[in-house]
Amino acid sequence: MSMTMKLHFDVSGDDFTRAGEASGKVKAKLKQLGIAPDAVRKVAIALYEGEINLVIHAGGGEIDVEISPEDIKMTLSDKGPGIADVEKAMTEGFSTATENIRSLGFGAGMGLPNMKKYSDEMKIDTEIGVGTTIFMQVNL
Amino acid sequence: MTIRDISEILSAEIICGEEKLEKEVYNAFGSDMMSDVLAFVKDQSLLITGLCNPQVIRTAEMMDISCVCFVRGKTPETAMVELARERGIVLMTTEIRMFTACGVLYEKGLRGGADQCL
Repeated sequence: MSMTMKLHFDVSGDDFTRAGEASGKVKAKLKQLGIAPDAVRKVAIALYEGEINLVIHAGGGEIDVEISPEDIKMTLSDKGPGIADVEKAMTEGFSTATENIRSLGFGAGMGLPNMKKYSDEMKIDTEIGVGTTIFMQVNL
Repeated sequence: MTIRDISEILSAEIICGEEKLEKEVYNAFGSDMMSDVLAFVKDQSLLITGLCNPQVIRTAEMMDISCVCFVRGKTPETAMVELARERGIVLMTTEIRMFTACGVLYEKGLRGGADQCL
């Protein structure tokens, strides 16, 4: 693979059952390209956590993925409520998820920590009432 | 043990993936929180859960989990079964509750994974 491949997904905020569709497609694509299984797994988990967040916290958003021979870059952007305290949100176990979200199996406060754990680089840009953009990179 | 062994030990009904029953399973993870599955699963190929929604299948897909066993008699709806079938994930359901299901499988030799001390 000599050039960069770009993938774009619109993530709907009102259909929880479809959350993960984009991540599943990216995972399948990476496998098809013969990317190392460890990297595929890291991307799949980090992206899926991010996609779930877009759906449960931000009312949907967009995912852009760039695959190059050196790394995989992921950008998740939304026009949601923004993250009030990023440092707190990065703490394992801290969650603002509602009881309803917990009953769906999420909201254990592991989302952002997991995204950091499984990516080699992560950056969060957020503004209250404007939205959040998260950049993650997995090196190959 | 094989997926077939697990279904027999738990008196579980196979919902889909019959063609994969001879596949070997060495490690398992039990949880109703998919967040925890994403945080802690490493090489476990069996997920035991009482949660029953499409995100269970998506989570299994991301973590390369090859078999999901629903406890407490939970039965997935058609769309979930379809999702699992497309991804080659075996689904089964048992009336047995979580604690007992994990206990009997442990007794028969299944373990929690490489990083577990027991």
